[in-house]
Amino acid sequence: MAEATSGAGAPRKSIFDTLELDTRLLGMVGAFVVLCLVFNVVTDGRFLTPRNIFNLTIQTVSVAIMATGMVFVIVTRHIDLSVGSLLATCSAVMAMVQTVVLPQGLGVELGNPVIAPVAIVAGLIVGTAIGAFNGWLVGYLSIPAFIVTLGGLLVWRNVAWYLTNGQTIGPLDETFQLFGGTNGTLGETWSWIIGAIAAAAAVWAIWAGRRNKQSHEFPVKPLWAEALLSALIAGAILGFVAVLNAYQVPEARLQRIFEARGEVMPAGYTEGFGLPISVLLLILVAVVMTIVARKTRLGRYIFATGGNPDAAELSGVNTRLLTVKIFALMGFLCALSAVVAASRLTFHSNDIGTLDELRVIAAAVIGGTALAGGIGTIHGAILGALIMQSLQSGMAMVGVDAPFQNIVVGIVLVAAVLIDIIYRKRAGVR
Amino acid sequence: MTTPIDRTGTPLVEMRDISIAFGGVKAVDRVSIDLYPGEVVGLLGHNGAGKSTLIKCLSGAYKQDSGDILINGEKVTINNPRDARAYNIETIYQTLALADNLDAASNLFLGRELVTPLGFVDEARMEAETRKIMGRLNPNFRKFAAPVKALSGGQRQSVAIARAVYFNARILIMDEPTAALGPQETRMVAELIQELKRQGLGIFLIEHDIHAVMNLCDRASVMKNGQLVGTVDVKDVTDDDILGMIILGKKPAKAA
Repeated sequence: MAEATSGAGAPRKSIFDTLELDTRLLGMVGAFVVLCLVFNVVTDGRFLTPRNIFNLTIQTVSVAIMATGMVFVIVTRHIDLSVGSLLATCSAVMAMVQTVVLPQGLGVELGNPVIAPVAIVAGLIVGTAIGAFNGWLVGYLSIPAFIVTLGGLLVWRNVAWYLTNGQTIGPLDETFQLFGGTNGTLGETWSWIIGAIAAAAAVWAIWAGRRNKQSHEFPVKPLWAEALLSALIAGAILGFVAVLNAYQVPEARLQRIFEARGEVMPAGYTEGFGLPISVLLLILVAVVMTIVARKTRLGRYIFATGGNPDAAELSGVNTRLLTVKIFALMGFLCALSAVVAASRLTFHSNDIGTLDELRVIAAAVIGGTALAGGIGTIHGAILGALIMQSLQSGMAMVGVDAPFQNIVVGIVLVAAVLIDIIYRKRAGVR
Repeated sequence: MTTPIDRTGTPLVEMRDISIAFGGVKAVDRVSIDLYPGEVVGLLGHNGAGKSTLIKCLSGAYKQDSGDILINGEKVTINNPRDARAYNIETIYQTLALADNLDAASNLFLGRELVTPLGFVDEARMEAETRKIMGRLNPNFRKFAAPVKALSGGQRQSVAIARAVYFNARILIMDEPTAALGPQETRMVAELIQELKRQGLGIFLIEHDIHAVMNLCDRASVMKNGQLVGTVDVKDVTDDDILGMIILGKKPAKAA
């Protein structure tokens, strides 16, 4: 709704108009594709291998989950600088719950299946509560979000330190580690099943939207355009699954798995990793957040408040409570990211999530979220996170020196915003 | 003007002895005004006379320090815009109070979205309703998908008015509704006010343009320096009388 297209009566021009695609999003996808192709050429085809694509996706998840929440924060003209620290505190809480509180305090045996869920729920509660507290300070006490979360950046980073005495806590629970990527994938069959369901759901959503428009006699896209769009989306989903399934589990690892079961691995046996659970989690978060943004009153109020806070207040929106909800949601997502980040490392470390606040904000902004408020999309922020991660790991593969990597990422951030400003001016009021 | 207003019954709105101060400055000082069904009462005065502040106590944007608000003779408490809406009080603000980044339908239903049985926002139904009401108010309106930022002043005004009309307002507050409009659009608003009057709504009209007040209003209440100069029947006075009230703060002899 933020990027509503031209009026219903306007003449259809290019193919993009007919498909009603967001040209800004297309530009970002285009830039991402070019980026990948360039890295692929420079690395002699090592960038676009199933293995690297698999790694890229699992590296992106943590920042991308938080970026979806940051979209809401920035859309309402706030900022959250404490997400990295909040992630560390949530991670510390979950690590302590599963290695100290439950086994030593309550006598639950290590490896007990109840440990992971309890730890995760504890982390989610802590994250949501801290977020809500931040939101209360911003909304009800009118302290600028920049200040509240700048303070939070220091406070929560060091609360995490205090909770763990600065120690690295690990190894984490086996079930907990399922959220980490290579330690938790769905395997080929289930990946295909999930992919098929997702593709069917996406196509169904497109056609349900068309029927709904038709029932109110609104103009709809030509049939071929809907069909093409459906085919493109279904193809993209299934293609992604195919790539992840093509990444083979290393032989040595398979052998260990069979040995653990007391079996002998058949000769020539292979298995693909398939969809990582963490990526599935990100997709779920993305779908839910997109529905919240577009289809719920909460989402409506978030964008209305971002567009004109006074208008929202005068229209009866409780903007103070709204601020609490948005920051609580941000805190919840930080905790979710903490699950992914800690389990990917297989341990909690004292510096987990350091500088993540900047990556998350950068991802949201590269993804088209306007700091002036009122504009931003969930899919844009995720794409922004993916672009940043691709840049970083692509440069690492090429062998660019570490300082230059960060210099390039910084320049890209500023350039992306500049291009966005120019684009919005050219496109007129948007 | 049309038929005379029947002022024998209970007024629709009665604001009694309203006072509100900001940091020691009395913005509104013991002002009483009332409004009957089917009546348009103009509120006049210089900038800073306190008319917008007074009316914001009724719309819920401010809370008065002292004084009572009565709706249909019953004392009510209005703490925020949501309370005001519950009493069917709708306000069209000078600044229009629209979210620029959202489309007409989203603005019309802001705070009162239509939802599907599952609790999701029903965009299609809201757009259909918007098309219906805009067809009545401003048949030339076409930009249903564009954010209101892309609309002209008159189009934005019709969205703001549609919002007040759609939800069956009984008491309508209009804060300089024609300030940003061209002649044709001003005529449209004038016709709309007549239409709403016939439907029995009570309208408070904050206006600077004395000519508009003489044409549209039944009575005029003039404020100066936070105090009420007086309320006059528009039929009984001339432009100059009202101008005198605004500038000199004196009530004309014959109407007093």
